[in-house]
Amino acid sequence: MARVSLSGIKKNYGGVEIIKGVDIDVADGEFTVFVGPSGCGKSTLLRMIAGLEDITGGTLTIGDRVVNDLPPKDRSIAMVFQSYAIFPHMTVRENLAFGLTIANAPKAEKDAKVAEAARILQMEHLLDRRPSQLSGGQRQRVAIGRAIVRKPGVFLFDEPLSNLDAALRVDMRMELAKLHADLGATMIYVTHDQVEAMTLADKIVVLNAGIVQQVGTPLELYHRPANLFVAGFIGSPKMNFLKAKVEAVDATSVTVGSPDIGTLVLPKANVAAAVGDAVTVGMRPHHLTLGGAQDITGRVVLVERLGNETLTAIVLASGQQIIVALPGDIEVMAGQQLHLATQAERACLFLANGLAA
Amino acid sequence: MASKFTRSNRTGWMMAGPAAALMAIFVVLPFLFAIGLSFTNQRLISPNPTQFVGLSNYEQLLGVGVLTLAPETDTTGAVLRDADGKPSYPSVRSFTRNNDQYPQYDGMREWFSFGLGDNQVYVLGRDIVFLKALVNTVIFVLVVAPVQGGLALGLALLINQRLRGINLFRAIYFMPVVVSIVVVSLLWRFIYDGNSGLLNNLLGAISLGTIPRIDWLGNPGTALGAIIAMSVWQAVGFHMVIWLSGLQTISPTLYEAAAIEGASPWQTFRYVTWPGLRNTAVLVLIVITMQAFSLFSQIDVMTGGGPLDSTQTIVFQAVERGYGKQDISGGSTISVVLFVIVLSISLIQRWLTREKK
Repeated sequence: MARVSLSGIKKNYGGVEIIKGVDIDVADGEFTVFVGPSGCGKSTLLRMIAGLEDITGGTLTIGDRVVNDLPPKDRSIAMVFQSYAIFPHMTVRENLAFGLTIANAPKAEKDAKVAEAARILQMEHLLDRRPSQLSGGQRQRVAIGRAIVRKPGVFLFDEPLSNLDAALRVDMRMELAKLHADLGATMIYVTHDQVEAMTLADKIVVLNAGIVQQVGTPLELYHRPANLFVAGFIGSPKMNFLKAKVEAVDATSVTVGSPDIGTLVLPKANVAAAVGDAVTVGMRPHHLTLGGAQDITGRVVLVERLGNETLTAIVLASGQQIIVALPGDIEVMAGQQLHLATQAERACLFLANGLAA
Repeated sequence: MASKFTRSNRTGWMMAGPAAALMAIFVVLPFLFAIGLSFTNQRLISPNPTQFVGLSNYEQLLGVGVLTLAPETDTTGAVLRDADGKPSYPSVRSFTRNNDQYPQYDGMREWFSFGLGDNQVYVLGRDIVFLKALVNTVIFVLVVAPVQGGLALGLALLINQRLRGINLFRAIYFMPVVVSIVVVSLLWRFIYDGNSGLLNNLLGAISLGTIPRIDWLGNPGTALGAIIAMSVWQAVGFHMVIWLSGLQTISPTLYEAAAIEGASPWQTFRYVTWPGLRNTAVLVLIVITMQAFSLFSQIDVMTGGGPLDSTQTIVFQAVERGYGKQDISGGSTISVVLFVIVLSISLIQRWLTREKK
């Protein structure tokens, strides 16, 4: 068990700055997910924590030690890779015991630790197989087992489920959650899949272009995104962004309007905006409903029926397209006019600088 | 969808036809000819008709015998000794020339001998030059295969890193491979020259003249060694490239996983690199062995088999017999023997290095 603290962490490749000063605190036993689009630096950041990449600037603390210059093995970490990185010529047992073999541990200790890891992951029957005889999910389990055997202070996961097929990914995701509950260990998990992030994390760190966009619990990020990037990245389908102008501001609310949405009173206190400012109103597809007040009107251009919900693309008067997620299997057809009600209390408001009001 | 062009059997044969015909004419046919000729007394140019002689060419080539001689004794039974106190033995010639009691030794010559108690054991051969060639070739293979393979692996490990200008090093190590072996041999004849050769001058310079000048190629004790050293140098770059390609197929994440587990450089090599090179190792070993068995050009250019037959080799003998002495059946017999040797060794190597289930 250990807490991890990143303070002003920077990484340059040549003259190019990849990580631009990152501050993150991961509490002991916390499951933290780094999420962001490809190339945002989340994997680089994880590899810097692991010691696989040099740290250009800043301080990295694991437990009570500054580990900037320690080799990976001395950082009390274990890492699980996307490509599993299990040794193809060794049996599962030998793979699990690899670190102990390297350290010349006695056989009894090896056997005990391997047996324990195998029990935790329920793969006792696989111990004498070779990786080529295992499925993808089993291979990843071996890789996780090898991490468990190390008894690290921090588990690092680098997109561990990305090579698995969709069904298996859901199973493994649940197993990882259970593993975290059982071991109570600090875990840092990198993914580009926001569903993994939302379901697994105690705390999500959203990264973009080497900068932390927001840190918070999954629901904080979902309901109160700090800026346009986080609002667009978290949640599926993506949040709809509608341009508007501020029409009135008072201490407890702000009134915005545009031809597409008419006039909308958002219950936001102390918004730092003046009448006439250009703002962006964010509405999640699930927060738009049929019937009731008819705030938004548009023409249906595309319908995707998922059974449990119906995703509908709608073009508004200005030509902007928005997505609406309607519950259940609703009869809508392309070309049809739809009238939608907004939920003003759940809408987000972003100022011209992209930050949430 | 494959077009008719790529699926048609006739097109396929027509495409492969020219190459197949050339291979048949210049590889398969001569090979079959050699086997056939080895059972005849065919000469390269001869007015006499060819006769089938069965296995007598093989008997002539491979015939060996062991003759154990007791020391000569005087009438009392005491061993006769020469001035140095060594026992004297009957002459070997008295057994191998016109001796009706020992027809099996007729025409044989002494290959080598050793003492066994008071007795002297003479190993006789019908074709001493061929036997020397066989031994020289085997020594050459036994030294070149591990040394060249090992050096090539070492170089491959050195050049398999991301360094500025690494391609320059790759090119330098590979350069001898693209130079004709005949040119290389000519150059090395100057290097090995007994008077003003580069090697003698170099050794003289670093030893301040204490190392005497050696005629590397004119001395039976050093000639084969000199050719081995030069041959290793010439082809090491080729095998380096094969090793390098093997190294680059090993996933970098395996090295990262090993680093996280705390593997030392040697342990990384032992547990990650070497197992990953298994198939490459088999290939390199078999290729070097086959190339080494066909040692010819260096001998032809540098020593012509001398001095005192110390650099005779199997292929050199085959060419020497077949074309030099116009004894095409003798040359063919040597080729067939070489084929059988190389085939057996390759099969044994494959069996030894097979993937154990």
